[in-house]
Amino acid sequence: MIPLALPAATNESEGFIAPTIDDLHLPEILPWGAHYGEGFGKQMLLVLLSVALISWFLVAASRRRQMVPGKFQFLGEYSYNFVRNSVGKDLIGEKDFRPFVPVLVSLFFFILVNNLFGSIPFLQLPTTSHVGTAYALAGFVYIMWIVLGIRTHGIGYFKVAVVPSGVPKAFIVPVVIIEIVSTFLVRPLTHSLRLFATMLAGHMIIALAASGSAFLLTQTSGAMPVLGVLTMAGGVGMYLFEIFIQVLQAYVFVLLTAVYIQGSISEAH
Amino acid sequence: MNEAVILAAEGANPLVPNWWEILVTVLGFAVLLFIVTKFVVPAFEKTYEERSLAIEGGIAKAEAAQAEANAALEEYKKQLVDARTEANRIREEARAEGAQILAELKEKAASESARITEQAHVQIEAERTAAVASLRNEVGTLATELAGKVVGESLADDERSARVVDRFLADLDSQQSAGASN
Repeated sequence: MIPLALPAATNESEGFIAPTIDDLHLPEILPWGAHYGEGFGKQMLLVLLSVALISWFLVAASRRRQMVPGKFQFLGEYSYNFVRNSVGKDLIGEKDFRPFVPVLVSLFFFILVNNLFGSIPFLQLPTTSHVGTAYALAGFVYIMWIVLGIRTHGIGYFKVAVVPSGVPKAFIVPVVIIEIVSTFLVRPLTHSLRLFATMLAGHMIIALAASGSAFLLTQTSGAMPVLGVLTMAGGVGMYLFEIFIQVLQAYVFVLLTAVYIQGSISEAH
Repeated sequence: MNEAVILAAEGANPLVPNWWEILVTVLGFAVLLFIVTKFVVPAFEKTYEERSLAIEGGIAKAEAAQAEANAALEEYKKQLVDARTEANRIREEARAEGAQILAELKEKAASESARITEQAHVQIEAERTAAVASLRNEVGTLATELAGKVVGESLADDERSARVVDRFLADLDSQQSAGASN
């Protein structure tokens, strides 16, 4: 494993203590104050909260069914339509996309809301920055497209997936090895880590800017508070940029899911 | 390094998942997927279907109304053309009839005047004949009396005098017709 752990904080009370990844791993709620990983924590609570929020929003927006939608219904229809048409219909194709609309819509809203939790005051934790959630979602998609491929092509799907047509005989062995690695090993990893890493990194940058500003602004010597104002301004900029990234990553994740589904149910490789 | 730092460093590896978080995510996502599949997608799709039906129905209705209006317009135009043709026809007829009436009247007037003229001629002829007859009588009588008186003898013999008068008149007639032919 790559040693991703940041250096442990020094014990000097005078110096600046940079936030570490452990700051995203808060003590558990149940049992209260237990070590992270030993019970039910904030991240899990937020996941459940997101499910409740999304369900409420989508059900409430879809059940009105007015011919001329109000603002609330329009917001629901607009976002639903975006995933349904711009992602599902355009990528999977007009003929086959309908059965996959629920999966794509659920994934998009789930990731969007869980990402945005990182930018909502007091919640302030993108749940997707915990790798377990990203693994779970990417793993679900991984299993889904393999099952779809087998259902479409039978067991010969694995041959369809890894042996591209039109490759010269001499290259067939290395190409098949590359295809196996890229499709069945690298694809789920990049799918999950892309989401997880962007959320973690974005959150760490904002945490660093915030704690750095707090440290600098409370210093009395010289230009330190001025620098603190600059880091604060940069932090606000990063905060806005992070909201954009949070939305973008939700879109990217669903987009890739649609691409994988399309690859599994289409005829040729 | 004490135990706490080691624990912290181990826990800090961000690529090692917390299995409870995986479980909660899978369960939460399954619930969401169920709700979306069961309630949200059917409701949205039904709304779209109804909306597109309503819009298509509205379009069809508008097209029907448009077609009806066009038909009515065509009908009115046709009626207008018909009415114009009819009016022209009536006008032509009236003109022809008027001309005919005028011609008939002219003809009638001409024949009437001809008739009147003819009648006048006949009457004049009759009157002339009568006048000639009466003149012949009177002139004969007068001339005979005059001649009797002149010659001093009674020309009572009617037969002879009548012969004389006739001859005289015949002479007169021939003279007259010779003068008229000149």
